[in-house]
Amino acid sequence: MAARKSSEKSNVSKDELLKYYREMLLIRRFEEKAGQLYGMGLIGGFCHLYIGQEAVVVGLEACTKDGDKRLTSYRDHGHMLACGMEARGVMAELTGRVGGYSKGKGGSMHMFSREKHFYGGHGIVGAQVPLGAGLAMSDWYKGNDNVTFVYFGDGAANQGQVYETYNMAELWGLPVVFVIENNQYAMGTSMKRATKSTTLFGRGTAYGIPGEQVDGMDVLAVKAAGEKAVAHCRAGKGPYILEMMTYRYRGHSMSDPAKYRTREEVEKIKQEKDAIDHVRDLLVGAGHASEEDLKTIDKEIKAIVNDSADFAKESPEPQLSELWTDIYA
Amino acid sequence: MATEILMPALSPTMEEGTLAKWLVKEGDAVKSGQIIAEIETDKATMEFEAVDEGTVGKILVAEGTQGVKVNTPIAVLVEEGEAVPASGPSGASSGAAAPSSAKSDAPQSDEPPAAPAVVAAPVAVVSNASPDWAEGTAMKTMTVREALREAMAEEMRANGNVFLMGEEVGEYQGAYKISQGLLDEFGPKRVIDTPITEIGFAGIGVGAAWGGLSPIVEFMTFNFAMQAIDHIINSAAKTNYMSGGQLPCPIVFRGPNGAAARVAAQHSQDYAAWYAAIPGLRVVMPYSAADAKGLLKSAIRDPNPVVFLENEILYGRSFEVPDLPDFTIPFGKARIWREGSDVTIVSFGIGMAHALEAADQLAKDGISAEVIDLRTLRPIDYDTVLASVMKTNRCVTVEEGFPVGSIGNHLSAVIMERAFDYLDAPVVNCTGKDVPMPYAANLEKLALITPAEIVTAVKSVCYR
Repeated sequence: MAARKSSEKSNVSKDELLKYYREMLLIRRFEEKAGQLYGMGLIGGFCHLYIGQEAVVVGLEACTKDGDKRLTSYRDHGHMLACGMEARGVMAELTGRVGGYSKGKGGSMHMFSREKHFYGGHGIVGAQVPLGAGLAMSDWYKGNDNVTFVYFGDGAANQGQVYETYNMAELWGLPVVFVIENNQYAMGTSMKRATKSTTLFGRGTAYGIPGEQVDGMDVLAVKAAGEKAVAHCRAGKGPYILEMMTYRYRGHSMSDPAKYRTREEVEKIKQEKDAIDHVRDLLVGAGHASEEDLKTIDKEIKAIVNDSADFAKESPEPQLSELWTDIYA
Repeated sequence: MATEILMPALSPTMEEGTLAKWLVKEGDAVKSGQIIAEIETDKATMEFEAVDEGTVGKILVAEGTQGVKVNTPIAVLVEEGEAVPASGPSGASSGAAAPSSAKSDAPQSDEPPAAPAVVAAPVAVVSNASPDWAEGTAMKTMTVREALREAMAEEMRANGNVFLMGEEVGEYQGAYKISQGLLDEFGPKRVIDTPITEIGFAGIGVGAAWGGLSPIVEFMTFNFAMQAIDHIINSAAKTNYMSGGQLPCPIVFRGPNGAAARVAAQHSQDYAAWYAAIPGLRVVMPYSAADAKGLLKSAIRDPNPVVFLENEILYGRSFEVPDLPDFTIPFGKARIWREGSDVTIVSFGIGMAHALEAADQLAKDGISAEVIDLRTLRPIDYDTVLASVMKTNRCVTVEEGFPVGSIGNHLSAVIMERAFDYLDAPVVNCTGKDVPMPYAANLEKLALITPAEIVTAVKSVCYR
């Protein structure tokens, strides 16, 4: 991962930095709590945590306007919190309760919010890529300037349907930002063991799609690249690819011991690249916030997360009659 | 405030594990996210991270202990300067909830699930097979091809969000000429030629439907839709359920299905039973031009994903179609093509052509066959089939698909459950043969279902 370039002397306002700090911290604390509830047996099945990658979605959400759409893979909790979905509804879906966004019928990997234009939450690796281009097609068809953000990982980047989608998205000029969250491991397979073509954004060149690699651990660099991509799409110039170089601190899912990488590798990233520490340093360095101020924020975030966990435990399981609803519209 | 650290579940199936190693000792300060122990699950040895900050006040389970049940307190975390509480799990403290699993306090059976589609006991059934149009309606003759084209054109005129997408649908005017003329009328934004990329454009179609459009996705044949079946099933059919009803998917996947002529195994498969197995899909398989038109119009208007299975051999056949400005046929309504008293023949799609031919031959032999066209395979009009079987006491099913897991197998089971006492003979399923479709003309003929085989099957159930 490249050394952080951005803005140690940034002109970013205090309010903007505080917003990023809060949003990233909310995702991290939420995910830690989800891991804890999983450990207690309150969350079942698969549970993929976003810890470490927070800057990607927080930086890109800062580039969106109302009407923009987003969708991602099964590692989706962070995306939902960042686009304004309620922590309570997300956590209650994790516990399979009726207060969850899918009334408990989707779980960690399958959540949606029409209101917030969040279109999942997809469990099949790479499937969200054409689906996202299709959402972009609906805006292209209607002739507005909305943009769709499709998030997928370096693992999904080897799926064939990604390239079928690149081809058609550029052919028709669809307003879609392809965001590759390159955390460098597709479950347990490092990128070097999966492909010789390791500059993932560059694969768009074959289809005529511009793109760039971005330090995905630096929320300001993410925001800056996102603005460029969004401007390209809104101007009707077609799709854009952002390869976000990032890292997940936890295993692929809760049951992954992550033996395919060393503890030193993980610790080094945490020490040198952590996205939240970065913004914290900027805030403190510029005199925007004292340690005391940050503690207050920590407390507020913790209260939101604890409240979501309480709600997720207290919300009832779905009525048994729910088995037979929502099969057809 | 003291916080109990509980033995975590670290895999979907873990109930207990071994506390392999403590990485902290009593008195150590721990930070949120710090690895404090290694735990062996049924799958692997996992690192266990602290969630809360504090000091390890007491270790309750020594390292090396096996069979530690999930949610057993294994250590106590205290805040700086705080005393360790008296030993033993003293009820839940703030950070850790009571160790009760979601499953244990689940309501066991507070209300019964809704009845499945098929109930076991014999019940009264009423045939749905009322006429599709009023007597005296003006009729016109048209081919199935023209009927499909007219259905799409009418719906595209009526709703600007309906569009057609697929290989060769535009400039080429359709590989089978179903979309002939549509590009001229509706332009390239509504009649979209795609590259040869089935999974890609099927997924794009589903996304467009979520975005508020009503796509018609044409597969040049359904054989190629196997490339796209993940989006038809996992994305289109399941998402409304998985979203708690937030994301219906109004899309039609259509194209020719089943054997054409002399195109061999990869281009000659009937997918009716595959798609009919999937909750969340509507599955339509018309035989006549009137049904093709009326059902395709219903499919385009339906808020759910519809798999619309056409047949290349039928495209050029002509039928009478009612000359009405807005003619539709509802899903789940079978059509009785021919009334009879000795046996019920149930079919759909091109199977109907064989069934009707067989019925003509049987009439000459003095056997009166009632012939029912299911028309839609999800939902299936069970009641019309059952009412007929209760009358004739015999049933033969006819379809082109493979014999294992066929629509006929399913109907046999439903008839057995709901009309067993009415049967005078076992239900017989006439299907395609259990082989990949051969190319050689004589072998292909042998692999397909024929009117002669249906006649033989009917005679066997009539003991003639």
